[in-house]
Order: sequence, then C-alpha cells, then structure tokens
Amino acid sequence: MHVASWFQKCIEILIFYDFQEELVVRPLHSGDIYASFQFRTLWETDFMRGNKVSHYRLFPKSLGQVISKFSVRELHISFTQGYWRTMQWGQPYLPSPPGAELWVWFQDSVTDVDATWKELTNVLSGIFCASLNFIDSTNTVQPSASFKPLGIGNVTDHRFLRYATLPREIVCTENLTPWKKLLPCGSKAGLAVLLKSEKLFHSSFHSQAVHIRPVCQDWQCKTTSWELRQTLNVVFDLHNSGQGKREWSLFKMFSRTLTEACPLASSSKIYIDITDNPEGEQFELSPATSLLSQAMVLGDRRTFSVYDLTQQDTFGSVRSLNLLIRWKSTEGDMLRPLLHAERYVAGYGLQTGEIHTLMYNHHPYRSFPVLLLDSVPWYLRLYIHTLTVTSKGKDNKPSYIHYQPSKDRVRPHLLEMLVQLPPNSVTEVTVQFERALLKWTEYTPDPNHGFYVGSSVISSLVPSTVAMDTNSTRERPLFSSFFPCKEESSYFVRVYTEPLLVNLPTPDFSMPYNVICLTCTVVAVGYGSLYNLLTRSFQIEEPSPGLAKRIANVIRKMRGVPPL
Amino acid sequence: MFLSERRRGQLAALSIAAVVIIVGVPLWWRTTETYRAWLPVSQIKELAKLQLQLSADVEVVFARGTVTPEQQKKVPLTQTQEEERAIDGDLIILFLILLIRNTKLESKFFSCHVLFLPEDTALSESPCGSLVVYVIPESSSLLPEDVNVYIGQRRTALLRIGPQMRVGKTLEQLLAHLEPRIKQVLQVMSFSHNDITAALSDRVRFSPDNKESIADSMRAFKSSPGYEITFSLLNPDPKSHRLHWDIEGAVQTYIQPLLTKLSPVANFSIDSQTLYYTMLGVNPRFDTSRSAYTLNADSLAHVINPVEARLGSNAASSNPVLNFLLYVPDAQHSPLYIQGRKKQEVPSNAFHSPRWGGIMVYNVNGFYGSEPEFPVDINIDMAKVMGVFLAQLRLLLGVQSSTPPPGFLVARCGSTGLADWELDRLMWSRSVENVATATTTITSLAQLLDQIGNIVINDNIAQQVSSAVTSLQLAVAELEAGNLGFALQYSKEAILASEKAFFDPSLLHLLYFPDDQKFAIYIPLFLPMCVPILLSLLKIVSEARQRLEC
Repeated sequence: MHVASWFQKCIEILIFYDFQEELVVRPLHSGDIYASFQFRTLWETDFMRGNKVSHYRLFPKSLGQVISKFSVRELHISFTQGYWRTMQWGQPYLPSPPGAELWVWFQDSVTDVDATWKELTNVLSGIFCASLNFIDSTNTVQPSASFKPLGIGNVTDHRFLRYATLPREIVCTENLTPWKKLLPCGSKAGLAVLLKSEKLFHSSFHSQAVHIRPVCQDWQCKTTSWELRQTLNVVFDLHNSGQGKREWSLFKMFSRTLTEACPLASSSKIYIDITDNPEGEQFELSPATSLLSQAMVLGDRRTFSVYDLTQQDTFGSVRSLNLLIRWKSTEGDMLRPLLHAERYVAGYGLQTGEIHTLMYNHHPYRSFPVLLLDSVPWYLRLYIHTLTVTSKGKDNKPSYIHYQPSKDRVRPHLLEMLVQLPPNSVTEVTVQFERALLKWTEYTPDPNHGFYVGSSVISSLVPSTVAMDTNSTRERPLFSSFFPCKEESSYFVRVYTEPLLVNLPTPDFSMPYNVICLTCTVVAVGYGSLYNLLTRSFQIEEPSPGLAKRIANVIRKMRGVPPL
Repeated sequence: MFLSERRRGQLAALSIAAVVIIVGVPLWWRTTETYRAWLPVSQIKELAKLQLQLSADVEVVFARGTVTPEQQKKVPLTQTQEEERAIDGDLIILFLILLIRNTKLESKFFSCHVLFLPEDTALSESPCGSLVVYVIPESSSLLPEDVNVYIGQRRTALLRIGPQMRVGKTLEQLLAHLEPRIKQVLQVMSFSHNDITAALSDRVRFSPDNKESIADSMRAFKSSPGYEITFSLLNPDPKSHRLHWDIEGAVQTYIQPLLTKLSPVANFSIDSQTLYYTMLGVNPRFDTSRSAYTLNADSLAHVINPVEARLGSNAASSNPVLNFLLYVPDAQHSPLYIQGRKKQEVPSNAFHSPRWGGIMVYNVNGFYGSEPEFPVDINIDMAKVMGVFLAQLRLLLGVQSSTPPPGFLVARCGSTGLADWELDRLMWSRSVENVATATTTITSLAQLLDQIGNIVINDNIAQQVSSAVTSLQLAVAELEAGNLGFALQYSKEAILASEKAFFDPSLLHLLYFPDDQKFAIYIPLFLPMCVPILLSLLKIVSEARQRLEC
C-alpha cells in the first residue's frame, strides 16, 4: 500500500512539474574534454491564456514573472566565453556565439514589441548581472527566416521576434551565480555541485544558456507545459587544466566528486560518449558501468555509458562517484563535421574593407541549402551591390535574399540569404564596406581596441547518415532532444562564425580642445589687426637716419662738433 | 585733420564695443543657455510649510431618553471643534472636528435589546472618513455594565451617557459632557496626534516622548501605491520532507478578503515560491531540557540575510516587497522553537522584521510517526500558517491595533479581518504621509534645481511638478473638507508625479559641467578680444576726463 501511495504521489508530481538533470562528457581527440550540463524544468501551466500565474514551485519565480509580464512566448539567452572550434571539437550539442546572445519570440498580444523588448533586456540584465541593457535598436534585428520558434505554436510573423548579440560581453562568475540560483537544488545537491567557478572559467570554452519555450506534454499535444532548459557547456584544455596528462576525472575537472542526485530530480544521469571506444582501446573508463544507451545526436548514432545517480549502487561503497577517463592511445580520427564556417575581414587602410564568409560543405556527394544571417552594425556601411557568392569558382546565386539596409545610429544592416552548398565545396560570400566616422561621444572607452561585429549565423538542415528520431515526445536524453526533428533524413544544425574585430578611424580625443584653441587664436589675431587698423591713427614720421650717420653723430657729439 | 583722425579711432573703438555688448553678449548668452522650464516655485514654497487641516464628520444621534424634545429642538445643527497641534516647529497640524448634530430619533432601532448592532442595516452606512455616534441613555441595557463605549465594525460607535448626566440637566451641560468623550472616540476610530506624528516621521526629529509611535511607524512599510506580497516555503531538507502547501486556496480564503478591503489604499499582487536548500544564517542551539532546538531572539537579526539572497528580487515591478517565509526545519534540527527575550517560548513560533516581512517556523516532526521513512509527505496546515501571516501583514501594512482606552469595547473584526474604521484610520495616516512625502520630494527637487543652475529642466518635468503641486493642493483641500477617499486618491497622484519628476534621467545630463572647463574654452577667444576693447575704452574715458578738467 505504501509503495502504491508513493507511486501515486510520483505521478501527481510528474503531472504538475518535473525536473531532470544530465551531464554528457565527450572525450575529444585533441585530448581536451567536453562536458555539457543540461537541467530541464517542466511546468504544466498556461501562460498563453493570460491567466495570472503567480505560484511557483520548481520553476524560478524571477523568470516566471518575466515571462508573464512581458508576454514572452520563447526566450533564449546564452553567455559564452571563448570560441567553439568546430574543426577540432566537432559540433556542440547546443551552439552559441561568443559573447551574449538573446532572442525572444513575443506573443501576438504584445502591441509595442520594441518597448517591451527594451524593458525585457533591462530586466534580464538585472537577473543575469550582464550588460544586456546595452541592447538597443542599433544592435537588434528581426530575422525573417533564421530563427524559428523551437517550441510548439507555428507563429512565423517575425514582427514578434527580436534577436541581438553583444559579442564583446565578458562572461564570468557574476553571471554564473544567478544562473545557478535558478536551479531548484541550487548548487547544493545533484550535478550542480560540480559547477565551481574557479574551475569552469579556467577552460578554453565556457557557455551557459537559458532556454524557455512551450512544449507538448504528450504526443497528441493536449496539454502544454513550459520548459526551462538551463545548459552549461565547457571544454577543458589538455595542457591548461589537464597538466598535459591524458587523464581526466570528475575531481580533476571540477575539483568535486558526486555523492547524490538532486532529490527533486526525476532523472539524474551522466552520459559518457564511448562511440569511438567500443572495445576500450582508446581510453579506459572507471568505474565501469554496464548501462549503455544509444542516441541519435547530430546525424550520428552515438553510444554512451550511462551512470544513473538516482540509483544508490552507482556511488559504490565509498559513497562518492569520481569518473575517471584514462587514454591509452593518441590515435584515432574524428568524424569531420559536415558543415563548418569561417569569417574574416580583408582590406587595408581605414576607409574600406571586405567581409569574407567561408562556408564548408564536407559532405562527399550531397548538396544542401543553408540560411546565412549577418547583422552588421551601421558604422560599417555595406555596399550591397558588391555582394558575391561563389562556390568552386563559379557564381552561386542565392535563392532568397532578405536585406534591410541600416540607418545611421538607428538600426544595423540585416542580411539573410538562402544559399545552396554544393557537395565537398567551399562557398565564399564577400561584401565590401566603408567605415563610418563616429561622433566623438560614440567611441568606446578604448577605441583603438577596435569594434566588434557579431558572429554570422548559419542554420541548416544537414543530411543525416542515419535515420533521425522524429518522435518528439519519446523519452530521450536531454542533449539529443533540444532541436525538434521534423524528418528522418536530416537534422538541424546551427553554426556560428567568429566575431569580427574591426578598426575604425579614431581621432585624437584632445582634438576638440585643440581646434577650439587654434580657431580662437586665428580669430583673435585677425580681429586684433582689424581692431588696430580701425582704432589707431596713422601719421607720416620722419625717416630715421641711417646707422652710419648715427654712429658718426655720436662720435661728433663726443668731439663737441655739431651733428650732421 | 589730426584731431578728426583721432576722433575717428575713438568712434571705431566705441562702436566695436557697442556691437560686442549689444549683439555679441546676448548671442553668447542665448546659445550657451540651458533650457529651464518655469516651475511653480511660490506654490511649492507655500506647500513646504505643510499646514494640514484634518477634519472628520461626526454625526451624533441622540437616542430616546437622552434629551427632552424641547432640548432636542435647540440642539445646534453643526458645531465645530478645533484643536491645534504643532508638530516640530514650523509644521502646524490643525485638527478640525466637525460635529454635526443630528436629531433624528431612532427609537425603533434602539429599543431592541441586542448587544451587537445589526451593522448591515443601511442605517449605519456612512461615507468613508466620517463617523456616526449614537448617544444612548445611562440606563440602557444595550451595553454591558462596565462598557461605556462600543465601537462597531463599520463607522459607528455607541456612547453611553455618564451617570451624572441624568435627564433634566441643561443642553449646554450635556454637550460639554459629550465633547471630550466624542474626541476620545474619534482618536480611536480616525486619527490621533500620535498617528499623525508617526506618519510624518520622515519630517520630524525624534523626541523621547513619542518613541513608541516612532517604533510603530518604523515597523510598517512606507506608503506606496502598490505592494508585492511573496510567500516563500523554505525547505532546507528536500531529502527528508516532501512538503505540500495549498497556497492558492489559502490566499483566496485568508489573504484576498483583506486585500480587497485594502484596495483603496494600494494595489497588491501576490505570488508564492518554494525554495530548497535554504539555510538560516544562525545555528540553532540544542536545549536539553526541552529536547528541542531553540533560536534566541538576539540571533534572529542574522537569520534573514542568507535567505534573502535566494528570495530573488521582483523582476516585474519596483514596488516594495513584503516577504513571508514559512521555514520547515530540517530533520536534524527539529523541532525548532523561537525563544523570546525572557527565554520564554513564542506561542506562534514566528517573528517579523520591520519593513521586510515575517518568518514562521513550522515544525513537522509530529508527522514522522513511529518509524519514519524518508522522504515524509507532509501537508501543511494553512489555517495555522495564514493566521500568523495575516497578523503580521496587518502590522506591516500599518493597521494599528492600539489598545483602546478603558471602558471601550471593540467589536471583533469580521471575515475580512479589517473593520471599516480601521481602514479609515489607515487612510488618514496614509494620506498625511503621502502628502508629507510628496511635499518633501517636490521641495527638495525645487531646491536642487534652484541651487544647480546647470540642470536642464524639460517641459515634461515642469509638467510633472505642476501636476504634483496641483494634486497636493487638492489633497490638502480634501483633507480639510473631510473627503478622505478623494484626499488619498490625490495624495497618491501627487506622490507618483513628484517621484517621476525627481527621478527623471534627463535631469542628470548636464549636471557636471565645471566652471574651469568653461574658462579653458572661453579664454583663448575672449581674452584677446576683450583686452583691446577694454584698454581703448579706458583710454577714451581718461581722455574725456582730462578734457573736462582743462
């Protein structure tokens, strides 16, 4: 009877709210290690109907208030330090550009989207201790195709979408602490005890994100719920954090071991990617686990060793879990990611330049379309007539171009286009620009550092080598269930390029004062002469005697002779 | 020829000086001027003196047997009582008590022998801020023996005539007898000197005699157009306790009626949250005699800080937040009791922090049973919790429950938890507080703008200031007329407008523009231009003087 009542309670809890936590560890071929945390809170409620929700249990109150006050349909925010090296590390489970990125879909009941967006960024800036308040109309765009809602509801009117990046944002402890506070267990229990800032920020890549969206509760989508997904991705460097040894453990990575799952979590698991290591010839994993799981991730079938933290025997006799990965060989080759992109600025001088974006399709025989989104600040004036797209030396005409020209000090350039990437090719997109002169108060405090231009975003459905799982409601690991999968033959990938650092012509900042002094002096000199001319009276004077005559006169005076 | 040439030079110098003075100086003045819209300075100065007059309508109804019909005809229709109190120097508060003598005889109504008046009858309906006092004869059995004044839930009171005032005394004597007693009733039901002093606590200096009322006023939140009420369930030990609280239902049942009643005073919004792994800032001490953990009253001050970091600020509004925390101690530290200053147990096991909120400790070790199997499912008794929180809420909102003078009987408040006259009392003090705060804000803004000439005053700020001044004047006038509802409304508008003007970011734009920088910019131009003009002017003047002397 007791078990039955407990079971009933469990079901009741499952219906109203649910919390899951998960850590995926992927050993990388470079010897680095990639750890990805995902925490998911589900809350069955209905914000859409406008009923005032104000009682929170697992869902954090601060975010809930933000959603209901600003009528947010979907909110995605990420803070990233470092650049994800796709060619070395493969695709991340959740991509994010360097700096801060925020994109929000508002509900169609919002009348003044821009004002709501401004207020929302200010509130989020307070919640996450970040400079999101610097998001204004000059760095906000409304992409027409690149950012579709990831949750239910097929709103496609991009008037309700706002997208902004702050490529210069530095991410540090003060952003991590409020992020951890949103977790039901905080950093007191469960996987979150591993999140110690002194280790997390001593890494080559750190990215933390919050995604809020409405999702279906069951396959019929009768009931909807809100999903809050908090993710944290970190890549530890072999030489920096691993002291050059090809050996990793939880303790070495996070300076903590695990002793318990979060008691509020319905599932708490650690996945280790062992696809490249089926027989244990690459690395050795201890303690060993018999639990294996397969998942379709990023167009590939991967095999994982699973540690279930809700089971007491996972922790063994020492009541603590310290996973250890010891490499045996340095051989092995990584599967090259099919889609990859780079970007740089070319040109010389401080007047004009050229932005080059390179998109690589590494698929041997399939071509696929990609959506490229570029948001360039107004002070780089794009010459859109110089836009060229070439693949394999030939002109590649984009099938869709959406271009919104910039307005000085009001809005940035927005360039979106759909380009078909031929198999095994590099597609190059170039566009020339002119650098604008800023007003002297518009320069940043360190203008000679340069000005950042946010990453390009490349979104694509990449052909998959294995059949993808299209059933969105089936129980799957969290890391494989973020992007909804509509068809079996392809999977969604988003790639971010490097942000650009562009030098603008920078004046000498003491110039205004110098100019004032110089012009005033010139005016004063001119005025002085004019004044003299007008006020002085002029008389003809006797021409003075020559020098020889004067000396002669002096001598004559001394002799007592009358002067000449 | 020589003279005329000299004369021409002088004329040129004079005309250049004239051009500089007539064209140059005004041009420079105009182009470097900061925009300063007109402010109603004289009205603000007038308001700064803050002469408040509070008047309350008191309707007195004489029951049969208190006055003879002849006397009744002679009762004046209105009579005004004034009481002047100065609070701290220049601030003068006038209490104006308007007595309206109504001579209607409600014999039918008073003949029935019930102790508690049927308050729902339309008869006792009176506008907010006013009172109805029924004067009943000494022999009336309506009130118990030792009770002289009965205060109802609405704005009504029953007043028993003292034994020395038997029928046959003159009307003047009767009125003289009633006056101080009506004043007493008014002080309980509307406003007293202490209330007003407390409401003005920001403006008056502390004096030792009204320390208690100051402490009272420090406990309650400052007046604000809205409040956020947050209920938080703190579960430091989710491994042992699985807590369930029906907060939605409890708020509907216990809190909402009170807030609906209070809605003229402010807007309220309620939310709740559950927080896990939240520890108190102090370690409770184990008391072996009671085999329980205890928290000392002295250490309570340290409890809040670590919890507060987890509570989260309110993202959606900037209204003050009232926090109510229900703390369920972890299994290792239970039961936990709060100890008062004299080592006695606090029966409610709760405490409140002034202008912050309340904390209640809820022990659950009674739910464990003989062989507890963790986690234990616990349903929290919301009636018990909400009783405590409701009392704290009343305190924090400033609903004062001062003890009535001897001989007074106060009706128990009904389902709403707040009697009408208590609401009136709150509204009186809130109106006065709002008026005082808005006046202070506007006065200091005017002073600031007066002192710093660099600040730009835009039209919107001037407009806000004017509307604040207008609302303030209206509020003061309504207080004088005794229209409490309107007074509160206008005082709220005044506060909003004055705060908006005071915190407008456009005031800061040119705040810092030091004079040395101005000189650095002006000297390169003005010095070389002015020196020749001045010199030639001096020369002309001295020549003219010489010519006069000759």
